[in-house]
Amino acid sequence: MTTLAQSLNPNAGAPVRDAYERAEIDASARVPVLLFFGSAIFWLLVGSLLALVAAFKMNLPWLLDSEPWLTFGRVRPAHLNTVVYGWASSAGIGVGLWLMARLCRVPVLHSSLLIVAGIFWNLGVLVGTLGILAGDSRSIEWLEFPGYATPILFIAYAFIGIWGVIMFRFRKPGHVYVSQWYLLAAFIWFPWLYATVNILLIWQPIQGSAQGAVNWWFAHNVLGLWFTPIGLASAYYMIPKVIGRPIHSYYLSILGFWSLALFYSWNGMHHLIGGPFPAWLISASVVASVMMFIPVITVAINHHMTMRGHFEALKWSPTLRFTVFGAMSYTLASFQGSLMAIPSLNTITHFTDYTIGHSHLGLYAFFTMMMFGAMYYIIPRLTGWEWPSANLIRWHFWLAASGIILMIGSLTIGGVIQGFALYDPGVNFMTSLQLATPFRWARSVSGLLLTTAHVIFAWHFGMMVLRAGKRRSEPTLFARPLQPKEAAVA
Amino acid sequence: MNRLPLLFVGIFLTFASSWAGLVVYPYLNLGRLAPVTDEATGNVVPPPLSGLANAGQRVYAASGCVYCHSQQVRPAYLSTDIQKGLGARRTVSRDYIRSKPAFLGTMRTGPDLTNVGLRYTAEWQHRHLYEPAEVSKGSIMPAFRYLYRMQKIQGAPSADALKGLTGPHAPPPGYEVVPTEDARALVAYLLSLKRDYALPEAPEEKIP
Repeated sequence: MTTLAQSLNPNAGAPVRDAYERAEIDASARVPVLLFFGSAIFWLLVGSLLALVAAFKMNLPWLLDSEPWLTFGRVRPAHLNTVVYGWASSAGIGVGLWLMARLCRVPVLHSSLLIVAGIFWNLGVLVGTLGILAGDSRSIEWLEFPGYATPILFIAYAFIGIWGVIMFRFRKPGHVYVSQWYLLAAFIWFPWLYATVNILLIWQPIQGSAQGAVNWWFAHNVLGLWFTPIGLASAYYMIPKVIGRPIHSYYLSILGFWSLALFYSWNGMHHLIGGPFPAWLISASVVASVMMFIPVITVAINHHMTMRGHFEALKWSPTLRFTVFGAMSYTLASFQGSLMAIPSLNTITHFTDYTIGHSHLGLYAFFTMMMFGAMYYIIPRLTGWEWPSANLIRWHFWLAASGIILMIGSLTIGGVIQGFALYDPGVNFMTSLQLATPFRWARSVSGLLLTTAHVIFAWHFGMMVLRAGKRRSEPTLFARPLQPKEAAVA
Repeated sequence: MNRLPLLFVGIFLTFASSWAGLVVYPYLNLGRLAPVTDEATGNVVPPPLSGLANAGQRVYAASGCVYCHSQQVRPAYLSTDIQKGLGARRTVSRDYIRSKPAFLGTMRTGPDLTNVGLRYTAEWQHRHLYEPAEVSKGSIMPAFRYLYRMQKIQGAPSADALKGLTGPHAPPPGYEVVPTEDARALVAYLLSLKRDYALPEAPEEKIP
């Protein structure tokens, strides 16, 4: 923001030039990024609906049980894959590309190719989801899409990833910011992950339990080395931007990045503790999981110290409120993950709803909330239109926050109770089921809250694309900020 | 950080280490285990699956059984799986060399199926798949009625018609319920799930 003194300064060309540069970048990113956001929100709605069906089927098993394509064992993987590849990946690609363009200070070149890649990505998700519902699921967790859908996704992704790396290659000279490291790494790690499992699990499946190891190496790293870096890149960008001060410590960000790269990639086998594998393989993952305390504490301190003294801004900035919710959930999810990997605790929580709660803490409370926050920041810059209603954002936030807290709370408590019942040799199996029942009802209710939040967000996004509502000259905030100069960057 | 070669090499090497450890090593070792001959019985173990049971794995995958049923028995030092009767010994890599894919599972919303072939008959499995809640009170397993056909009895009842069905979906007089090919394959696969052989690397465990 230029002050009066600056604008009277004869050397004041730079801010104006910067503003033009930003406008040019945003214009070049408009169509591809809005395409990824729009399709992400579409898949979020589809995924929510599938989740509701799956959740209520656990309460009412007779529900919709005459059609093969609506059986629980197909709806559940259809939910997982639509939210992972349809929602989270598309949202992450949109946010990642926009951040990369802005931080590299280069416009998105040949955006039409990205648009084609985006269309193919969605085609892949559609074909894969229909394939699961039609009975072609692989039943390999996180990789249920049949072999005729995954190549479409891979080729589409290859273009997107290459675009991210090319932007980095053509960046304007200057410091490479921490968000760029994370994005660059994510753009490189994901195709490596996906190509490996496509070859070893889908096209030429390897033998026996080796599949399990490769499966969880992949599934855990999709969260750890694809979604997490994009989420953290967004947090590292949004928090300083909104409160208008630099990140607390450069050295902490270096430590956080490298320890994440080293330890997270080794975590996968903690999903298979006690499974048919050599002990060292499992132990390596348990150790790496506990070592995750290092990157997580580092990032948490760095973000907290940046925010210190500026928590007031949570009252007015939608972006910041979602982002800080996501950042705090990241700390919580990772702490929980490290503890769950300890074998004596894992023996209780393994095979229970506790794990489902944990995965929603990671993929929803952390990543999805982070993406909502980033979208509230980015979309007005792409459409040249401010969010029509602060109230809709408020409803979106509180429904999503209360829904996810209810979901994780009920699955966590219910999971522990279920886990003790499964552990106790004196308790029969059916008791573990009965004990979990009330918590599974609470989870279904939480699904209704979350779906409502998503419908509100989708409606609001539609208004943004159509530029509906009153023209506003200022960002849409929850309240008037205390310091007016900070409003400019909300 | 502006030393970009370092950034690239670091991104590459950190990830390559886990790729070598968690992908290449399992592929080269666990992925190449061979069956062995049981010295006591002279049988090749684990035993090969019948053609029908092999086809049953595809029905198992398509129906998503793995989302509620694990197929692994954890060792006694780590769990109570053996005390709870899931199996006489832990499962090891060699147990899965015939599985396509290895349905290890991560949930026990339903019971573990490692040794389900030792516990129930084909007749029970068919009735249970057709209407789980009638056979197992309180079960939340979905019914797999779409794997069965209800038809009018033509002359003598079919040999494979399900017997003793009760509940709202039991056939009316003059009708019978017969399994489709998929149902037969699935049940053949379920019956094949039994780890009742010994492996040198997995002796029967004493409960501590």
